[in-house]
Amino acid sequence: MVRYLLPLAIFVVLAGFMWKGLSLNPRDVPSPLVGKPAPQFQLSQLHQAEKTVSRDANLGKVWLLNVWASWCVSCRQEHPVLMQLARTGEVPIYGLNYKDERQDAIKWLADFGNPYLVSAHDYNGRVGVDYGVYGVPETYVIDKQGVIRYKHTGPVTPQALRETILPLVRELKG
Amino acid sequence: MKKILLLALLCLPFSLPSLVQAKVAEYTSGDPEIHGRVMSVSEELRCLVCQGQSLADSNSDFAKDMRAQIQEMMEGGMNDRQVVDFMVQRYGDYVRYRPPFKATTLLLWFGPFILLGVGVAVLYTNVLRRRKQIKEIPLTDDEHRRAAELLKEGSGENKA
Repeated sequence: MVRYLLPLAIFVVLAGFMWKGLSLNPRDVPSPLVGKPAPQFQLSQLHQAEKTVSRDANLGKVWLLNVWASWCVSCRQEHPVLMQLARTGEVPIYGLNYKDERQDAIKWLADFGNPYLVSAHDYNGRVGVDYGVYGVPETYVIDKQGVIRYKHTGPVTPQALRETILPLVRELKG
Repeated sequence: MKKILLLALLCLPFSLPSLVQAKVAEYTSGDPEIHGRVMSVSEELRCLVCQGQSLADSNSDFAKDMRAQIQEMMEGGMNDRQVVDFMVQRYGDYVRYRPPFKATTLLLWFGPFILLGVGVAVLYTNVLRRRKQIKEIPLTDDEHRRAAELLKEGSGENKA
């Protein structure tokens, strides 16, 4: 009996692992920054280059940092979701405009709408590297103490927003 | 002579792309020592956007930016270890092709040996069980006689 059941058991276990593997996203790399203070930055604002935007200016509130670029195709996909979220005013969205030309980025926002309170202009991408950005778009949930609580890689979907990001934001707001 | 010329012409298209690629991969400053270090460190780091390639292998924008950043950090005086630590802090242990030895990676390091041990144990018990199953069956007198006859026949044929 064991002789027949054993291969079957091995098959079931293997199939289980492979089935799980099918649903995993290989580009989803766990970020070591979750649970750690968000890296400091001070960058010029996209629209008003003479003004700056920094992490510390947001201490005391829960906010989203959304990494985007005008050259990023999937950013267009998530853009309506961010616009919708911005209209509800539930949580402030800050943009990190990543490796982008200033005029291109401003034009992109003019064309599609601007969900961001302020966008930081990370022209050489160094702040992006500090945040462990490797694909755009990426979205970080940052709490009142300036700690990264969640990172979403890839376009924010309505489902991710509804089931993960917004519940977390509400919890962090307390 | 004509043949050689033809051969050279045929080889041309193969040599051209490599020339072009070499130009694309050229990003290092004059210092050959730093170039060597950038390459050896980027061999050890995973290109996160291109599955299964190191930062040194890949020509993606991400890898190029990373190599440029590594070079800049090295020119700024960081040693190889500090550069790797910098990347691990931001991208996690996953960026390293040689995972560090720690609690979460124990299974990764010892898994193959555990599997090997399990395999040896299964083999050992199987061999033992087999050995027990083999019984000495003594031959009857009749079989002894037949065996002797067969042996005699065989040796007789050999002689003939």
